[in-house]
Amino acid sequence: MASIIAVVQKFPRTTATSPKRQLQSKLHAENIGMIFNRDSNCVEVLEGIDLEVGEGEFVCILGPSGCGKSTFLNIIAGFISPTSGQVSIDGEIVRGPDPRRIFVFQERGVFPWLTVEGNIGFGLFKLSRAKRAERIAHYVKLVGLEGFEKAYPHELSGGMKQRLEVARALAVNPDVLFLDEPFGALDSITRLTMRSELLRIWEAERKTIVFVTHDIEESIQLADRVVVMSARPARIQRIVNIDISHPRDISSRRYIELRNGIFEEIGLAHKV
Amino acid sequence: MNSTARLRSAVLIAVLLAIWHVAVTHQKVHLLPTPLAVAGGVVELAQRGLLIKYVVASLFRVTWGFLGAAILAIPFGLALGWHKRSGMALNPLIQIFRPISPLAWIPISILWFGVGDMSAIFLIFLASFLPLTVTAMNAVANVSPVHINAARNFGLSQSQLVWRVLYPAVAPQLIVGLRITLGIAWLVVVAAEMIAVNSGLGFLIVDSRNAGNRYDLVVAGMALIGTIGLLLDIGMRSFEKIRSLRWGYSED
Repeated sequence: MASIIAVVQKFPRTTATSPKRQLQSKLHAENIGMIFNRDSNCVEVLEGIDLEVGEGEFVCILGPSGCGKSTFLNIIAGFISPTSGQVSIDGEIVRGPDPRRIFVFQERGVFPWLTVEGNIGFGLFKLSRAKRAERIAHYVKLVGLEGFEKAYPHELSGGMKQRLEVARALAVNPDVLFLDEPFGALDSITRLTMRSELLRIWEAERKTIVFVTHDIEESIQLADRVVVMSARPARIQRIVNIDISHPRDISSRRYIELRNGIFEEIGLAHKV
Repeated sequence: MNSTARLRSAVLIAVLLAIWHVAVTHQKVHLLPTPLAVAGGVVELAQRGLLIKYVVASLFRVTWGFLGAAILAIPFGLALGWHKRSGMALNPLIQIFRPISPLAWIPISILWFGVGDMSAIFLIFLASFLPLTVTAMNAVANVSPVHINAARNFGLSQSQLVWRVLYPAVAPQLIVGLRITLGIAWLVVVAAEMIAVNSGLGFLIVDSRNAGNRYDLVVAGMALIGTIGLLLDIGMRSFEKIRSLRWGYSED
């Protein structure tokens, strides 16, 4: 399995053990700042964030809860306008959400009034009936929901709902996926399965992925690069290249080295 | 309800009817007709051709008043819920009108529409309009912002957003609101018919007393009102069993 390496680099690579491949810049966030006004108090959430993400790259944004990483994701997805700075995707300034870039919420984003088929077909209203059915069948299979086509979300488990939401996002064939702690509400076993599912889908479909998480292990297992955010107001503290090819051996020396590096970066002792 | 629960209810009703019969026949003062006399009253109404006529008259008024209110109040309430500022601006007015019983409008509705069907329909309309508006407003407020954002993300137009996300998202709450409001409408039609018209179940009750103290017919009218109210509620409840709405009523 070929590994994709982050290449759009503003920060020095820690090591260079993997083959380097130049990726085209896909998303560029420039000097993003965000200040919320709450009861006449100004809360600065984000400060001077610069980030470039390459085409087909898998980037994890890692930070403590409440640091503003979700706000950042909402900004680059076009749901919130930043107080300062701008985001461009393919050289075009982002002014709102767009079907070419789909945001995956936790599993509560699926529409409870639609069946599995209805949810996956939700964004396909411009296709003919036959094309839509074909596309739905493809993604039902991709996320392993065969036999549940007519089921409603409340009849599915948390993991199945999450896969359904990913399928709904992929069905409209977006270039970019934004995932906001998508596996946070799942039990740890399901979460592990979901991670390898996501990697499998990413390898099959080659989307650009920006994935927000507060889970250090998760970020190292998934990403080409891990963007470590500081506490509020969030700034980029460091960007770590994960130079291990997939499938990743989570007991390898390099994995542990990278993990310990990030633990230190965040200021945590890795002992319980 | 399963069959044992049904049987238990039937037995309980039979026992209560028996107690009623025994109590009335052992009383010297005439407080109530016996259940048999009431049943006889229903039969008599059927024979005189009044049973169907009055039931249809009452249902006719409820249907038009209630449907008219639903058609206007639901989009109105959804719009108010969606545009929060206009909702907030109109809210005090709604809260002032809400505690005014629809029955307080009887003189005004007679003034505007005269004694007749229109008057009764108007009262039903009034009784249904505000509860449905408020239900729809609250239902919009409860729509998950995640669903709205997801819909925007997939590039839906405003009207697609309304039909494909807003309506389905509020449907479970609307159905409950419609069910409760239909109950109110049914209460009001009887009261309206006592004053504003000369047909229907409400009229039957007043007329039977006025024209010769026919209390068997009075209680027959009451029994019919209760039974039809129950059937209406069962009818509305069946909507809650629709599969695409089930999510709105489940516990998790």
